[in-house]
Amino acid sequence: MNFSFSPETERFRQDVRQVIADVFTREMEEAYHRSGTFDCPEVNRALAERGLLERGVPGLGKGDPIELWLLYNELEKAGVPTDALATTMMVAGVINHVGTQEQKDRVLPGVLRGEQLICMGYSEPDYGSDVASITTRAVRDGDEWVINGAKMWTTMAHVADWVILLTRTNTEVPKHKGLTMFILPMSTPGISVDAVPTMSDERTNATFYDDVRVGDECVLGDVDGGWHVMGVVLSFERGVMGNTNVGVPLLRHFRHWAASVGVADDPVVRERMARIAIDNEVSKLLTQRAAWLAAKGELPGVEGSMTKVFATEAYQKATKWLQQASGIAGLLHMGEPGAAGDGRVEFDARHSPVMTIYGGTSEINRNNIAERHLGLPKARR
Amino acid sequence: MNFDLELSPDQQAIDELFTTFFAKESPPSVARAAEPRGFDAVLWDKLGAMGAPTMAVDGATLADLVVMAEALGRAIAPVPLLEHLVATRVVPDVEGIATVALRPAVDGVWSLVPAGAIADVVVGVDGDELVAVRSTPPGDGPRNHASAPLADRSTVGERTVVGPATTAFLDEWKALTAGALVGIASAALDLGVEYAKARIQFGVPIGAFQAVQQGLAELPGMIDGARLLTHKAAWAPTDGVVDTDDNDVAQRGALASMAFLFASDVAAHATDRSLHYHGGYGFAEEYDIQLFYRRARGWSLVLGDPAHEALALADRLFA
Repeated sequence: MNFSFSPETERFRQDVRQVIADVFTREMEEAYHRSGTFDCPEVNRALAERGLLERGVPGLGKGDPIELWLLYNELEKAGVPTDALATTMMVAGVINHVGTQEQKDRVLPGVLRGEQLICMGYSEPDYGSDVASITTRAVRDGDEWVINGAKMWTTMAHVADWVILLTRTNTEVPKHKGLTMFILPMSTPGISVDAVPTMSDERTNATFYDDVRVGDECVLGDVDGGWHVMGVVLSFERGVMGNTNVGVPLLRHFRHWAASVGVADDPVVRERMARIAIDNEVSKLLTQRAAWLAAKGELPGVEGSMTKVFATEAYQKATKWLQQASGIAGLLHMGEPGAAGDGRVEFDARHSPVMTIYGGTSEINRNNIAERHLGLPKARR
Repeated sequence: MNFDLELSPDQQAIDELFTTFFAKESPPSVARAAEPRGFDAVLWDKLGAMGAPTMAVDGATLADLVVMAEALGRAIAPVPLLEHLVATRVVPDVEGIATVALRPAVDGVWSLVPAGAIADVVVGVDGDELVAVRSTPPGDGPRNHASAPLADRSTVGERTVVGPATTAFLDEWKALTAGALVGIASAALDLGVEYAKARIQFGVPIGAFQAVQQGLAELPGMIDGARLLTHKAAWAPTDGVVDTDDNDVAQRGALASMAFLFASDVAAHATDRSLHYHGGYGFAEEYDIQLFYRRARGWSLVLGDPAHEALALADRLFA
């Protein structure tokens, strides 16, 4: 095994770092905590201008998932929000994988310039983990499709230019076989967006689709082939596209704060910091493995599930330990005098619960590992 | 050369050789039969015939040796091959079995040395020197959790000064032991999965119940993570980077410590889960999982309280 990067990959890393150093400021970080929109368009555009954005997207540009990992790793370390970017680039990869040439020409250029965002409409108010049961309908009407329904957790819908939408097109077949994916502009008449505030500053949304009319050019993949498209999405989402190394900046912020107030010499705290550093390293290696498999042309579905389960649960443990180790200072918000790690300890403790939920709950991912990796019998549910 | 997690052709050959060898020559019944002393001289001679004890001298790298270590751990083979190989990377020309003392001598005694009951030569720190001492092994030691051939050894004997006191050989021991613990964890998971598929309760295999599935399904990621960490420790240079702020740790000592601590936890957890899903049979001497359960703990706790190792790691990481 070789755990080092080629000079070219290292240059890519340095280029990404340079963009962050040139563009990202503490004021931007504070601004997105205030607005609830965890996106940094300035960084997205600067990455695109220097040709760094598309390099890691599966099938696009250089298409090296190791570079993709490096990109998110650098952004996460610096505290640049990756949610909007990761979602967008993931869908870009899917469009590239299953879309028509016309769709690629229509959607990808704006996205790859860092100017446009894509949000994801899969979950519904009544169907989350059981996403194959969704009820948003797309019905044929002449040359058009008419879409009606509601989606939940469509984060970034209020600023996104596109939505990738899972719909039911056939009710006469088993639930997995009657789904169709669409990619359509958020400006299409009939779409409305309601804010859903969350406990961690970030805004998500409920979106509603009332007689939304689109043509066949918006069908992504095959009609009734939506489940296959979901499989491609999830294999990109879990474990490769960010959110698995957020323990690194958390530990850094805590440690520098702890050193400044004298807590960092406490052996109990030091043992925990060492164990968090181990978990961070393991999370990194598992993420790199998923990226490496993807780089070889494999879809690391099971490995992505392993990565996500481990990394997110380890992160939750870290947020708990470090908030406790911060004592009362671990309760103070960003911007309050004396807040541990400038308030990031408290923020991460508040943010971490969602990590084991979105992108597939830990339970769904464990089901995936149990059946597809361990070969255990189909579960009795 | 870019990032690559494939085993090298040499490592693949080592993996195949030792996996096949241990599967044939050291099924769990061999470990069981070697209890309580924890040493099978016949198995050791067979390893000698295939050149295993001189692997390090013959040019195998630490990265090659961790591949062998995992195969040994999977078989919980009752032979001191890891200790011997670490010792021969310090003193290449050894007659008989060599081992390493994990703690400096106190009043002329290395306490509870791994393979101390049977080794002809002990390499360890005595005062400000690293020494190799040849003396007659006691043959037996105190009965212990993992049925390992532990014993106290004196620093008195045919004594060679190797150099100034160092802990570099301990880093290699931690990396190889981490490899063996990954093997134990992986074998324990396999035993648990096999049992869960075969054991029928309420008319179905217990592996069809989600409660059991979920408990088993969290293990593969941890085991794979421990394996990757162990391989990274073996790959890393001794003077590599340590910068946790930058998510960059590429130094053998720090990574070996991480791998040892993490693999210890994973092996303890995997054997615990697997034993539990065996129900009462897991606790019965007749079933193999208890052999793995005890070794998962015994093979790691010989270094001492893991909290102390974690604190030493903190010093390396956060100095």
